[in-house]
Amino acid sequence: MNMLQAINNALNIAMAANPRVVLFGEDVGVFGGVFRATSHLQDKYGRERCFNTPLTEQGIIGFANGLAAQGSTPVAEIQFADYIFPAFDQIVNEAAKFRYRSGDLFDVGGLTIRTPYGGGIAGGLYHSQSPEAYFAHTPGLKIVIPRNPHQAKGLLLAAIRDPNPVLFMEPKRLYRASVGEVPEADYELPLGVADVIREGRDITLLGWGAQMEVIEKAAALAEQDGIDCEIIDLRSILPWDIETVCDSVLKTGRLVVSHEAPLTGGFASEIAATVQERCFLYLEAPIRRVTGLDTPFPLVLEKEHLPDELKIYEAIKQSLNY
Amino acid sequence: MTGDELCIPIFKRLRQDGTLYPVEESQVQGEPSQDASPIERDTALRIYRTMLFTRVLDERMLAAQRQGRLSFYMQCTGEEATVIGSAAALQDDDMIMAQYREQGALAWRGFSCDEFMNQMFGNERDYGKGRQMPIHYGSRDLHYMTISSPLATQIPQATGYAYGQKLAGKGQCTITIFGEGAASEGDFHAALNMASVHRVPCIFLCRNNGYAISTPSCEQFAADGIAPRAFGYHMQSIRVDGNDVIAVYEATLAARKIAVETHQPVLIEAMTYRLAAHSSSDDPSGYRSKKEEAIWRDKDPILRMRNWLEAQGWWSEEEEKATGDQLRREVLESMKRAEKLAPPALDTLISDVYDTPTPLLTQQLEDVKQHIRKYPHAYPKGAASMGFTSQELEDSRKVYQERHQRVDGGQTS
Repeated sequence: MNMLQAINNALNIAMAANPRVVLFGEDVGVFGGVFRATSHLQDKYGRERCFNTPLTEQGIIGFANGLAAQGSTPVAEIQFADYIFPAFDQIVNEAAKFRYRSGDLFDVGGLTIRTPYGGGIAGGLYHSQSPEAYFAHTPGLKIVIPRNPHQAKGLLLAAIRDPNPVLFMEPKRLYRASVGEVPEADYELPLGVADVIREGRDITLLGWGAQMEVIEKAAALAEQDGIDCEIIDLRSILPWDIETVCDSVLKTGRLVVSHEAPLTGGFASEIAATVQERCFLYLEAPIRRVTGLDTPFPLVLEKEHLPDELKIYEAIKQSLNY
Repeated sequence: MTGDELCIPIFKRLRQDGTLYPVEESQVQGEPSQDASPIERDTALRIYRTMLFTRVLDERMLAAQRQGRLSFYMQCTGEEATVIGSAAALQDDDMIMAQYREQGALAWRGFSCDEFMNQMFGNERDYGKGRQMPIHYGSRDLHYMTISSPLATQIPQATGYAYGQKLAGKGQCTITIFGEGAASEGDFHAALNMASVHRVPCIFLCRNNGYAISTPSCEQFAADGIAPRAFGYHMQSIRVDGNDVIAVYEATLAARKIAVETHQPVLIEAMTYRLAAHSSSDDPSGYRSKKEEAIWRDKDPILRMRNWLEAQGWWSEEEEKATGDQLRREVLESMKRAEKLAPPALDTLISDVYDTPTPLLTQQLEDVKQHIRKYPHAYPKGAASMGFTSQELEDSRKVYQERHQRVDGGQTS
């Protein structure tokens, strides 16, 4: 199964299991979404539960907030994460604060927002952004990013059933590129828990989403130099698994964090600050961040802009040689 | 064709002197009832008492704000007929998603004086746990969505809520109330467009009260108000005299029927006037004339309804006075009770962010508690919640008094 099929499979299971799950967004109806993540769902569950909306991101999320407050389980699609900003107010001021501001009288816990993010598809400025850090500054949201089809299905099912609003960001470069074994059955993977993909002794490599593939390649390069890397997929950006990350750094004494989004104010900054606070005396070298440049996302020079395995490999060596 | 050619008339039923317009003059749209009493006696009296309560509450709470007992307040004054008349036409389990000035609708549903006060004083009984400014009420039992400060965000939410009601198939609808200023936000367009496309049982009620803080409606939109916008969305629309409780009541009844029976949204524009300031932080004398206000004071919706009730023989001078006295007493006593109640417990600092607090939040709360244990005098509310006595606070203050005085000349409490 590829990642799109895994997502489609998860949505199908969620809709079959719970009649209150409702899917909507731009082009998600008969067309099945521009990436086909919602293929055939309208056929199966009808136009009332899977439908196209007008072109209005703030409308989609405002509508989703109301529907969730009413007790339904909306799964709203924003066609590209680059276009989520018109809905920013409805996400950060409304969805994230609904339960808190009403003292738990009302909540939009049933809400899940799905959105494709990230570069590597020749998408240029407006089809490549990774806006997770903007939302990570907002208490009340959960932010989840899968790295492969198996993770996508288990995490998406957990996101839909989680009693909090979840922003589920899908690495679109991997939609068809990432293929793997995915059980047909209904299963969930825990939110807020990082996944230690590989244990290692010398250095901790941390990332999420499409970046995990790149990090694994960098670790393979470093292995040829006799460097034993521990690799962690954060999976949930908010809340994030501080314990697992810090336990790893306490063991290895070194940390490289990598994400596609720009450096300044990126989520790696938050991780670096927390890790130095908790692991200061165990650190053997400064924490390294390997990220996109502090520029808008380019088109032609995409490879130069993005953090790739060679850039991460260099950061690993610098950390080891510090 | 330009917008100027589409000028929507105003549906009216009641003259200021309390007499009804002849049906042929008042009938613009909808079906005003033909009988002598368009609102039956018990309902009419309940509406009127709710109006009086809202007016008394507004007067007392504004005074309390001026006395420094309350940080902030917003009055419904002048708009009572729009707010309460529309609420009265709904079923009790229809959802109300208001903007902020619609306390009358909540009072109509039975929110008690104490419940209002607990919210405004943010005490331990406030359903919102002391998190929002005064007037951000909410009640799950009364189907009244907790108020959110950002303007117009509730309008597309009402569309979504109503869609859920349609799927549930229990014959309920949602009403969302907003000002003509809020109708300039993108949320308004998103909401009406989606409601129309997806055929949701939602009533969009615009209180066109003339001003958005200081901005007059002539600087808010160039067209003939809000009502004509509905046509662009293929939606039914009516403009009513918002100070005419009978017109508002009948228009809302008709709108509800359309919303629930045909699953189509309706837009109501109530032409009214915000007689009071925008909020207790606003001073209208800076942007509008006393003369203009006087014209609207003569159109007082409460007085208009009273005239009608008296003409029906349902109300009298004595009842007016007795009810007013009783309401003023009730509000004052309730305010005193609410003021004395404890603030929300310290643990509510981290509750309701998620369904359960995250480890990081739990740790942050523990850090705050640790800090308060060291300086309890500086955090009297938190310290009280942690069981510190006033003597312990005083002792703590003494320990740090000298140091504070050196730093800021003794300004620190």
